[in-house]
Amino acid sequence: MKREHTRSLTDYAPLVYPGLMLIIFFVVPFSTMIAVSFFQRDPAGFYKTAFVFDNYARFLSLFFGQVLGFSLLLSVLVALCCVTIAFPFTYLLVRQSRAIQTVWLVALLSVLSLSEVIIGFSWSTLLSRTAGISNLLVWLGLIDQPVALLPSFGAVLTGMVYQALPYSILVLYPALVRLDPTLVEAARTLGASPGRAFFNVVVPALRNTLVATIIMVFVFALGSYLLPQILGRPQHWTLSVLITDQAIYQSNMPFAAAMAVFLVLISLALVGLTLLVGRRESAA
Amino acid sequence: MNTKISRRTVLAGAVVGAGALAMPSVLRAQDKSLKVGVYGGYFKKSFDEHIFPDFTKATGIAVESVAEPTGEAWLVQLEQAARAGQAPADVSMMAQVPMLKGQSTELWAPIDETRIKHFGDLLPQFVSKYQDGRIAGIGAVAWYITLVTNTDVYPQAPESWEALWDAANKDKLGLLALVSNSFLLEVTAKTFFGGTNALDTEEGQLKAFEKLAEVKPNVRLWYRDEAQFEQALKSGEIPMGQYYHDVTGLAASEGHPVRSTFPKEGGIQDSGCWAVSRASKKMDEALVFIDYMSQPSIQGLMSRKVGTAPTLKREVLDLTPEEFAAVSTEIEPIIPRYDLHATKADWLNQKWTEMIVG
Repeated sequence: MKREHTRSLTDYAPLVYPGLMLIIFFVVPFSTMIAVSFFQRDPAGFYKTAFVFDNYARFLSLFFGQVLGFSLLLSVLVALCCVTIAFPFTYLLVRQSRAIQTVWLVALLSVLSLSEVIIGFSWSTLLSRTAGISNLLVWLGLIDQPVALLPSFGAVLTGMVYQALPYSILVLYPALVRLDPTLVEAARTLGASPGRAFFNVVVPALRNTLVATIIMVFVFALGSYLLPQILGRPQHWTLSVLITDQAIYQSNMPFAAAMAVFLVLISLALVGLTLLVGRRESAA
Repeated sequence: MNTKISRRTVLAGAVVGAGALAMPSVLRAQDKSLKVGVYGGYFKKSFDEHIFPDFTKATGIAVESVAEPTGEAWLVQLEQAARAGQAPADVSMMAQVPMLKGQSTELWAPIDETRIKHFGDLLPQFVSKYQDGRIAGIGAVAWYITLVTNTDVYPQAPESWEALWDAANKDKLGLLALVSNSFLLEVTAKTFFGGTNALDTEEGQLKAFEKLAEVKPNVRLWYRDEAQFEQALKSGEIPMGQYYHDVTGLAASEGHPVRSTFPKEGGIQDSGCWAVSRASKKMDEALVFIDYMSQPSIQGLMSRKVGTAPTLKREVLDLTPEEFAAVSTEIEPIIPRYDLHATKADWLNQKWTEMIVG
C-alpha cells in the first residue's frame, strides 16, 4: 500500500483538536511547573519570580536520592506484580463465555470507582490488629493472636497493586481478545504443553502490550502519595509524599515543583530507555 | 350565583399576601451573608450546630460555612485566590504560623479594633499584629494538644510526656507527621531541657532533634490526616499519642474508650485567629461576626458546646470552675515557637524529614 503524502493544511485539521487538548492539559501546566521550579522561595510566605537553581541544588542530596530510588523501585515492583497477576488472569478471562467476562469486567470497573482514600482506609482496616484478617487466621487456629500487618512495605505494595490491577487488566484485555487462537492451537498440535505454549507463544506475541502495561502502571504508581502514608512507615514514603508536604504543608511551591520536574524527567528517561531497549531487541 | 367569598379564598389570599410581605426580608437575608472558613470535621459540625444559627438570628447575616483543611493548604488556596481577586471564604479560622506567613504577603485585611466591643478583654496572645501595629487577626479559639490514650489499653493515665520515650510503648504511638503541627520539638525542650527557650540556638534545636529521634521506635503512625489516628486510637489499634484535647473529649463523651491527659509539663496550647482575606468585599459583615464571636457569652458557649479554651480573660467569662477545667487547665501550657516555625521553616522541615524518614 502506498502512503499518500500530505498536501495541504486541511490534511492536518484532525490534529488540531488533540493538539489543543495536549497544550491546555499538558504543555501549559507542565511549563508553569518548570517556571515555578526556578522561582525564589520566600520562607516567610510564598515565592518571588526569579531564575535560581537553589531548588534543584537542595534536591541533589543523598537523602532525596534515596527517596527517589525507593519510589522508582516501588513503582517497578508494583508494575511487575500487576502484570504477573493480570496477564495470566486476562488470558484465562478471554477464554470464558461472554456472560462471565461481562461480570468480571463490570466488577473490575467498579473497583476503579473507588478513590485512593477509600482503598487506603479499607486496606488499613483489613490489615489492622483489631479488625483485620489476622483475626480470621486466629479463628481458624493458624496463629495464636491477631497481629498488625501494617504499617509495612508489604501493605504499601498490596494496596498499590490492588489499585493498579484493574487498569492493567483493562489494557491487556483488548490485545488478548484479538490474539489469534490458532497460534496456541498450532503450538499445542506441535506438542507443546499448555504452559509452554503460553510462555513461548502467547507472551512473546504480546511483548509490546506487556511493555506498554508495565510502563503505564509504573507511571501510575509513581504518582501515588496517599497509600504509602496510610499503609507504610516513613521510610516507605515516596517522593510524591514529600512533594505534597512541600506544596501543601510547607507552601514551598518552587521546591515542590523542582522535585516534580525531576521525577517527571527521570520517569520519562526510564520509559525512553525501556522503549529503546525493546526496539533494539526486536531489530536483532 | 354564589358571590360569597369562601373561607378558602380568604386563606389563599392571606397566604399570597403574607408571601408578598415576606419576600423583601428574604432578599435582605440573602444579601447579608458571610462565608466563614472553619476546620472541617468536629469544628465545622459543632459551629454549624451550636454557634452559627444563633449568629444569623441575632444579626440577620447568613453564614455559609466552608470546611477548611488544617495546616497550610488553606493558606495556599486563600493566597492564590486573593491574587485572582477571589475569596473562597471571607473570614477564616487560621492557625498562628499561617497567620504569620499570611502577614508577610499582606493577605489579611487590617481589622478595626474599635468595632470589637470586648477587644480589651482578649488575652494578649490572641491579638495577631502586623509589624507596624495593624491588627491582622483576632483570637477565635484556643485548643490543647495533649497526651491521649486508649482507656482499655492503658487503665492508668500517663503523667508525663516522658511516656512517649518509654521503651514499653514500642510501636504504640501515633504522632503528628510535621514539625510545624506536632510541636514535638517544644515538648522535647520543655520535658528534657528546661523549657522552649532551649530552642533559641541552632545547637539547642539539634540537641532536641537528637533526643526526639529516640522516640522513633515507639511510633507506629506519623499522621497527617486526623481521621487516620482518631480511628486507630478509638479502636485501640494505636493506643497512645498526641491529639487534640477537645476532639478527644468529645469522642470520650460519645462513649469511646479514650482520654486526654495534661502531662505535668503542660499541654501544647495552640490557637486560631479569625482573619479576613484582603480579597473579601464583606469587611463590614466580617467585623460584626468577629465582634459577636468575641463576646464572653459566646466564648463560654463555645467552651461548653465545642470544647475550646476561651480567648478572653478568665474573669469576664461565665464559666463555672468545672466547665473551665474541662477545656483548660491551671498547668502552665507549652506555647509553640511560632517565630521559629515561620522563619526557620525550611531548615526545621529538612531536619525533621531526615529524622523520621531516614
